[in-house]
Amino acid sequence: MSILVIAEHDNQELKSSTLNVVTAAQALGSEIDILVAGSDCSSVAESATKIPSINKVLMADSEAYKNCLAENVGSLIGKIGTNYTHILAAATSNGKNCLPRAAALLDVAQISDISAVVSEDTFERPIYAGNCIATVQSSDSIKVITVRTTSFDSSESEGGTASVETISENTDLGVSSFVKEEVAESDRPELTSADIVISGGRGMQNGDNFSLLEGIADKLGAAIGASRAAVDSGFVPNDMQVGQTGKIVAPNLYIAVGISGAIQHLAGMKDSKVIVAINKDEEAPIFQIADYGLVADLFEALPELESKL
Amino acid sequence: MKVLVPVKRVVDYNVKVKAKSDETGVDLANAKMSLNPFCEIAIEEAVRLKEAGKAEEVIAVSVGTSASQEQLRTSLALGADRAILVETEIEVEPLGVAKILKEVVNKENPDLIILGKQAIDDDSNQTGQMLASLLGIAQGTFASEVNISEGSVEVTREIDGGLQTVKLNLPAIVTTDLRLNEPRYASLPNIMKAKKKPLETITTDDLGVDASPRLTTVKVANPPEREAGVKVESVDELVDKLKNEAKVIS
Repeated sequence: MSILVIAEHDNQELKSSTLNVVTAAQALGSEIDILVAGSDCSSVAESATKIPSINKVLMADSEAYKNCLAENVGSLIGKIGTNYTHILAAATSNGKNCLPRAAALLDVAQISDISAVVSEDTFERPIYAGNCIATVQSSDSIKVITVRTTSFDSSESEGGTASVETISENTDLGVSSFVKEEVAESDRPELTSADIVISGGRGMQNGDNFSLLEGIADKLGAAIGASRAAVDSGFVPNDMQVGQTGKIVAPNLYIAVGISGAIQHLAGMKDSKVIVAINKDEEAPIFQIADYGLVADLFEALPELESKL
Repeated sequence: MKVLVPVKRVVDYNVKVKAKSDETGVDLANAKMSLNPFCEIAIEEAVRLKEAGKAEEVIAVSVGTSASQEQLRTSLALGADRAILVETEIEVEPLGVAKILKEVVNKENPDLIILGKQAIDDDSNQTGQMLASLLGIAQGTFASEVNISEGSVEVTREIDGGLQTVKLNLPAIVTTDLRLNEPRYASLPNIMKAKKKPLETITTDDLGVDASPRLTTVKVANPPEREAGVKVESVDELVDKLKNEAKVIS
């Protein structure tokens, strides 16, 4: 059993989702390597060596991997992947973008978004927006897997002493280039790893009213999310979307405000530990899964809640 | 320019799916089937390219049983010019679909291939990337904007935390995210017209592709049910419960 974990990073910092993937890898075996593919990414490789129980860190440092272009990174993983029995990445936008390319090059199936490891070849994964959990067994010699990070705890990030091995494969396909990136700067925690999430839905009526959530989020140290209805109505950008086709979150506390509770939204948040729903429609389906439901006009309830926290 | 749009027949997004009682699969008896929502967005984008004079032909293709003809007719009613069904009785996994589509691409030589980012049945999110990989071409996944120019396409992608724009050489793959466009409804005259548009049926054997599955579904179960909790009467009671009962805030 030899396992390759693909590091998630921005060339400066190792992202915490990598630690969730390491935990999934540890459920499979103990010989774990981490691949850091990037440009000027030695500080990331350095952080990865400190994760306990890592065998070695492979660093591919090249301009071709700078922006995690799937064509180049996918080819790299496909090339070095032949040395491994399992290849794992987080089911983030990068993981989803790159890993299927590697799987196709290796001529193996990919098992997407696993929520549990049953054995070395058998995994659980949600299907149909999480309405069912499938247990699937792979007959391929290499298992290529993306990991639902909210289903696995973070591994330790300090104490390890792995070595860094530089690899010099060049897999620049030369068919794509990076133009620009617009990433929202925020002091708030990242949606998928936040301890508390407060989300607004169609009931917020417009984008400006999301400021009602901000005050509460600031007091609680929460991330702000939204339902697809709120995104489709143009209230807020899509990267705030929680749901089947957006982000999957499982915080300790999830507060759903003005969200009716469509299946597709529930798929993204129903594994939260405690769910609060605030909605003026007492028949809203969200109340069927909420631990605490408050039937109220959100325009009255939110300012009051903010003042009482 | 020629645009190929692979589409999938899936359970309608309004259907609440449950596992069969013997846990051998998903109970889809009598469930309403539809065109996968992301595939609908893909068709719409291709048709808009044609309407803007940037594409000459839009071809819809599906891999599945003969029942998928229904979704291909829908695609034709939405504006595709012709359709191809690669008929197979086996449940083809994303890798198999990508291998089949590779052969279709080699026959049709499209400049752009637009797919949905994921199908809402198995939620795999793989086929577009795998096809791009097998063809050795570029991909713009989770697209919210597509701009074609001579020999290349700029794709704005929905990524964690924001947007990323990449420039891809043509031919290229685009997979659609929700905000790319709002698909139209098929008008009755267009539904009638679609019945007369060409729909060709071929088999995986015709293409010489081995699309046998690599995964076995051991079981399909319903997730643990979440019990409804309590209704609180006031914001004060809510704050009290969160502090003292659930202990999730301090």
